[in-house]
Amino acid sequence: MRRYTRLAPLGLLLALAGALSAPAAADGAPLTHDDIAWLRRASFGIDSATLARYRELGRDRWLDEALADRDDHLPPAIAQEIDGYEAIATPPAQLVMSYRETLRQVKAMPDGDAKVAAKKAAQIHGRELMRQAQQAELLHAIYGSNPLKEQMVWFWLNHFSVYGNKGPVRLLAADYEEHVIRPHALGKFRDLVMATLKSPAMLVYLDNAQNAKDKINENYARELMELHTLGVHAGYTQQDVQQLAAILTGVGVIRPRDAMRGPRMNRRGRFGGFDRFGGERPGVVRQGLFEFNPARHDSSDKVFLGQRIDGGGFDEVEHAVDLIVRQPACAQFVSRELAEYFVSDHPPQALVDAMAATFQRTDGDIAAVLRTLFTSKAITATAGAKFKDPVQFVVSAMRFSLDGRPITNAQPLVAALNQMGEPLYGRITPDGWPLDNASWAGSGQMAKRFDIAGMIGTGRAPLFAPDGTLPRRQPGERPDPPTLNGPLFAQAMQPWLSPHTRDALAQAKSPAEWNTFLLSSPDFNTR
Amino acid sequence: MDRRQFLRTAAAAALAAPALSFSGRLFAAPTNTPRFLLVFLRGGYDCNNLLVPTGSDFYYESRPTLAIARPDTANPDSALALDGGWGLNPVLRDSIYPLWQKKQIAFVPFAGTTDLSRSHFETQDHIERGEPMDHTGDYRSGFMARLSGQLTGTPAIAFTNNLPLSFQGAGHDIPNISLKGNTKSHFNDRQAAILASMYQGTAMAAASADGLALRKDVTADLEKEMVAASRGAPSARNFASETRRIATLMRDQYRLGFVDVGGWDTHVNQGSVKGALANNLRNLGEGLAAYADALGDDWNDTTVVVLSEFGRTFRENGDKGTDHGHGTVHWVLGGRVRGGRIAGEQVAVTQPNLLQNRDYPVLNNYRDVLGGLMQKLWGLRAGQVQSVFPQARPVDLGLV
Repeated sequence: MRRYTRLAPLGLLLALAGALSAPAAADGAPLTHDDIAWLRRASFGIDSATLARYRELGRDRWLDEALADRDDHLPPAIAQEIDGYEAIATPPAQLVMSYRETLRQVKAMPDGDAKVAAKKAAQIHGRELMRQAQQAELLHAIYGSNPLKEQMVWFWLNHFSVYGNKGPVRLLAADYEEHVIRPHALGKFRDLVMATLKSPAMLVYLDNAQNAKDKINENYARELMELHTLGVHAGYTQQDVQQLAAILTGVGVIRPRDAMRGPRMNRRGRFGGFDRFGGERPGVVRQGLFEFNPARHDSSDKVFLGQRIDGGGFDEVEHAVDLIVRQPACAQFVSRELAEYFVSDHPPQALVDAMAATFQRTDGDIAAVLRTLFTSKAITATAGAKFKDPVQFVVSAMRFSLDGRPITNAQPLVAALNQMGEPLYGRITPDGWPLDNASWAGSGQMAKRFDIAGMIGTGRAPLFAPDGTLPRRQPGERPDPPTLNGPLFAQAMQPWLSPHTRDALAQAKSPAEWNTFLLSSPDFNTR
Repeated sequence: MDRRQFLRTAAAAALAAPALSFSGRLFAAPTNTPRFLLVFLRGGYDCNNLLVPTGSDFYYESRPTLAIARPDTANPDSALALDGGWGLNPVLRDSIYPLWQKKQIAFVPFAGTTDLSRSHFETQDHIERGEPMDHTGDYRSGFMARLSGQLTGTPAIAFTNNLPLSFQGAGHDIPNISLKGNTKSHFNDRQAAILASMYQGTAMAAASADGLALRKDVTADLEKEMVAASRGAPSARNFASETRRIATLMRDQYRLGFVDVGGWDTHVNQGSVKGALANNLRNLGEGLAAYADALGDDWNDTTVVVLSEFGRTFRENGDKGTDHGHGTVHWVLGGRVRGGRIAGEQVAVTQPNLLQNRDYPVLNNYRDVLGGLMQKLWGLRAGQVQSVFPQARPVDLGLV
């Protein structure tokens, strides 16, 4: 069940208090540069609520709370917005089934304008479902009560990247974010791997839905090791890829109609799959659209990563994933990526080693690894070393400029990410968007970033219009810029601005221009 | 404020930024100097359904559903005969085949890298770095960037959203811009100068100033181009309209370019003359033909190389697709390219000649082939080629 509507009353009060308080509020001394630098990395961008909570708890308890929190609170207006999306409210099997049914009907129509129109409508509907998935993820990132967890949801979505425009993946993206990635974002890495391995989005995207005995498709097997767990230089061989592909035969998806029937009892009164004659079929594993089908599985004995895996059923997959995630290379690979995302393009090896040691000691506990990261000196010693990627830029700009105020239309933000070249569920290759500075700081991207800063800073984006409509402005009427030069700026940015940014802001001729310069500045765009 | 004045203002503001690269573009690039465009097909395209080994029975045995029929004038879906042993996918009949007939395109089969990881990302990075396998150089240095360093006064640009690794590490800013969507400039000169000034002294200084200046330039250039577009109806296909815009900029301002095209990873239902691969090839072919067309006479100074990280498995897999292979086919085209032939080291397409009983072997290392080609194009000294492709053994296939 969704729990978004329960916004903690305390949090609401604190958010209000933060928004209204002057710098150096009654809570005590102003926060130090080190505090702000730390929060700029631990959160998805600073807003008043985050500052207030940090003041109240201090760094250690703030981190404890963020790492322990497995719940998702959203402001009621935002929760209601997301819950209203068809892509969220409809079970994925139902979405896929009705979409396929529509396509079947279109196909059966006689050629002509009506058919063309119906086909176009179906495509528009598919794109709309994808857009809803993108909007839902962005709204979570901007408004979620735990901004550290929200960063991790995005990080894992990118690490276990799926491409929305491949087949039915666009219909499955919302489910992937909400039910596959989100519940495990701060949990055990192995559970996250298994959840993605059983997700229809991943199985379709990387073709394992097609991987069957005598019809081996090694695509997912390869990327599972190379991109998700071990990294390319981890010492596994082509032979290992082929063996893992064999182990993964039969791991796939079922027809949505069958998925919607759910598990049924067989003749012996147990839950399980059925063969075509209605008889019991042992070894079937089902969960939503996921199915392990032993009839498609190569059950010969395998040798994988130097270990013998006895031929069997889905237990082979569990065994193989155990072997993979316990490799020291996996701890190193995942720790390095996290450090690259949060610390610098070339994080100190000592930090990566410390995180990897935690990973191995805790059996891949993501929260524990993050604790090692966020209690290390490196996290603030390298402040400013990371240039925000477009997702971080857009999310932090919205957190800063909206400061908790709910919007009704997230579509312009989806469009902003598309324009900046980092669309959600839009990476065609499974390696996810790059995490390094150079990938986002080319000249074309800098110019585009200034454009988007202008879009947000001038209030041009129709964020408060009903979804899909244009802003209700009269011709000649100017948009209303948000107030960025307020208490939050005074507390979190003003004391530490670079002289060049200070000079630029002083030259601004209007609040809209001032906002645009601030959001474009290196002070805002690095963390 | 005109463009020069803007640049002076921005440059004055960005005192700390070293050697602003756009100064190289204040004047149009000299005419009659070689233009070079690298087209990177990401995803490992299936070269065997582009350049069809029609002389090989083994090809037809290996691809029961994917094979393209031997040339047959009665069958429009059959391969277009190139020579006795090779044919071309017929979806390129109207775009690339005319270039072949004009001897303006050559194919280099059995081409590629020594990287055998069969990882897209590893191999793409390896190729873009252009370094030998055991390289100890800069992880973020690409061969196009190093080439740009050797060719003073040869303006370079990437037509991509992100600066590709090929062009990273140049020591000066190489601009990038995607021509797929709206490229309009949103800031006036005063605002642009202020925006650029905030980045002075940072690693993003040159990119910020360049980006703003480039937008202004491109906006102006493409407006002119729209007016002149009547000389050829722009194709509805994305890539063709993009390559026409690329041609405008390569004709007037730039001499080194890079563009990439994704979507070539066809593990399932790849198709032969219909389907995903065929659509991609047709789109690519139309784009390249549009590029040649839009350059006009300047096509004669142009060389385009099309490559991909690797080829695919020679045999089709159980899902009527192909998996990650090794050797691939490079394309070299241009107005003065010595084309109409299959170039480079070759071997009969038979089962015993496959690498690991799976893929095309690599007989033409891309570093040696490109090194030789570039040496000839710009008259590079041996030492210069070595700084672009360390430890390469440049080979002259007589392509230019």
